[in-house]
Amino acid sequence: MVSENLVKDVVSEPYKYGFVTDIETEKISKGLNEDTIRLISEKKEEPEYLLNFRLNAFRKWQKMEEPNWADLGYKKINYQDIIYYSAPKQKEKISSLDEVDPKLLETFDKLGIPLTEQKKLTNVAVDAVFDSVSIATTFRKELAEHGVIFCSISEAVKDHSNLIEKYLGSVVPANDNYFAALNSAVFSDGSFVYIPKGVKCPMDLSSYFRINSGDSGQFERTLIIAEESSSVSYLEGCTAPMFDTNTLHAAVVELITLDDASIKYSTVQNWYAGNEEGVGGIFNFVTKRGKCLGKRSKISWSQVETGSAITWKYPSCILLGEESVGEFYSVALTNNLQQADTGTKMIHIGPRTKSTIVSKGISAGNSINSYRGLVKMGSKASGSRNYSQCDSMLIGDQAAANTFPYIQSQQPNSEIEHEASTCRISEDQLFYLQSRGIEFEEAVSMMVSGFCRDVFNQLPMEFAAEADKLLALKLEGSVG
Amino acid sequence: MQSKTKELDPILEVNNLFASIENLPILKGVSISVNPGEIHAIMGRNGCGKSTLSKIIAGHPSYKITKGEIKFIGNDIQSLEPEERAQSGIFLGFQYPIEIPGVSNLEFLRVATNARRKFLNKEELDTFDFEDLVKEKLNLVKMDSAFLSRSINQGFSGGEKKRNEILQMALLEPKIAILDETDSGLDIDALRIVASGIKKISNKQTGIILITHYQRLLEEIQPDYVHVMSDGQIIKTGESDLALELEKNGYEWTDNFVKE
Repeated sequence: MVSENLVKDVVSEPYKYGFVTDIETEKISKGLNEDTIRLISEKKEEPEYLLNFRLNAFRKWQKMEEPNWADLGYKKINYQDIIYYSAPKQKEKISSLDEVDPKLLETFDKLGIPLTEQKKLTNVAVDAVFDSVSIATTFRKELAEHGVIFCSISEAVKDHSNLIEKYLGSVVPANDNYFAALNSAVFSDGSFVYIPKGVKCPMDLSSYFRINSGDSGQFERTLIIAEESSSVSYLEGCTAPMFDTNTLHAAVVELITLDDASIKYSTVQNWYAGNEEGVGGIFNFVTKRGKCLGKRSKISWSQVETGSAITWKYPSCILLGEESVGEFYSVALTNNLQQADTGTKMIHIGPRTKSTIVSKGISAGNSINSYRGLVKMGSKASGSRNYSQCDSMLIGDQAAANTFPYIQSQQPNSEIEHEASTCRISEDQLFYLQSRGIEFEEAVSMMVSGFCRDVFNQLPMEFAAEADKLLALKLEGSVG
Repeated sequence: MQSKTKELDPILEVNNLFASIENLPILKGVSISVNPGEIHAIMGRNGCGKSTLSKIIAGHPSYKITKGEIKFIGNDIQSLEPEERAQSGIFLGFQYPIEIPGVSNLEFLRVATNARRKFLNKEELDTFDFEDLVKEKLNLVKMDSAFLSRSINQGFSGGEKKRNEILQMALLEPKIAILDETDSGLDIDALRIVASGIKKISNKQTGIILITHYQRLLEEIQPDYVHVMSDGQIIKTGESDLALELEKNGYEWTDNFVKE
């Protein structure tokens, strides 16, 4: 029927972040061995404990196997063909933004993340990461007045070494999994956040990750610590140029909340996804995990995943503190030949802990979109509860959606609830909206946002609007 | 003078229309002309092509016109998208209104109304102004404002869905409304509500086509013309008493008609 054509064209909008910044970079040579790691550590003038952390991770990684349990198919990654450190050349010490290479500022400007004093976003502090290094962090002084530390992780290693030594790897151990081990060995930069006791962070914090170089991987590491009764909302955005090769991105994010603290972590991931034939795009293998150490503490993940050729990502919560709360709200959209295997793990250890999972997968084109989630009730998690809802939407008749919920309970006095559904945008639904004067693409986008509403409601406001637009853009032409 | 003659031009003219779906011919030469203020009824058995005709006028993409033309206020509309037809004033009341989960009925009605208003060079309505408008129109079909916050048609009863269609018609103020079996699945009270809603909305500038199997709706809304359709053709046209005859004699009676 006509619907086949109708439902084929909505995703061909060119990727508007696909430009490359022509900038002189300092790169080390390809390949990975202990010397590479020593070199990275040396460049960053790291203390010995950190070099040992890296080497230990590397030795473990060498003994590990790349996981193959996810519903993903891709060409074997040659880890010796990747550059593990790439940084734009600039002055050794930058004391103010004026000394940052204008090309870099221009790049972030183009991405909608102005960094300069005059233009910077007024309500959000931004840490801008370009390939392997953090370029600039805005509003640092203002934040420091509240005792909030927001800087690159490299700086934190120098200035707040006690916190790094105490918490780095405490949520995601170096040998946690293959990609986390790789990251632990070679991580270059990322963001560090520390919210002191009793402080509500006065503004949203945000990291913007930009991969610019085609042959280097990005291995950033983020660590956020919220002390007792503190709270913070953190946003993360990502883009990359269009290359016809695949670039590896293996990040680790660790969150820690103490008593009554809360962290809300939102991501809009729009790495380059490859072209319609599936050539190029980012391989996104990410380990994100939060530990609710304190009583009544809360960690909430919300993510909108639209980019990357491959997404392998399970933002998780370890609910240790009694009555702690974990949340996961996710929209994952795949199109063309994109593949996503994403979900969460909610590990209930403390008593009366609660978790909520809401996952919305949208698959268009020939893509595969899988939800994979684990809910585990430990033996001491009495009175704990979980609610999961996993919905899939199919656009066209070539896309696939899967749901893999895993449930393990050692606690009879706990509740686990799981709901799942699959739907398809039908030609009749589209025709119905059109026959009321609503343009075709608006009709698709209304239906997609309607489907994602429960998740968008969880995003910070500016992000929600952006996410809505991003989805519409990603689907443009794929149905029409 | 000129404006007067213009008013007398038909709103809708279907001329010798042939159409098929997946190469299966459904319409085999349908002609019908609707003037402003006229109410036409099209009756016929299931599968005779009534619903197909209505969907083709609204621009459903699954059907292919193989011959003939459809003119709306003098212009051939074949190349127009369904949304363009709707914006310019063609309204199709669905026999089976579609459920769309997650999309709020209120937002849907507002976007649709504004699309039509934009076409008419009227100011688009913001949320507040629209709520005032929609509440006024809700009374026409005796609907509760709770319907507005629900997803489009989701979990609506048959009667509620049909009333929601008439609400849309009230908001869009079409030049021609084709109501496909709006009476089916309604109890007598709901039928009266729907019929009185239609009557209140229609005026001397509006044309209405009622597609129905039964006389019931036509007792509430008296048509000016009744067409009997069979096997993709209109085989007989008469005035409202034709519907009564049909009711009395059944569709078998029409089997003997040849196309006029």
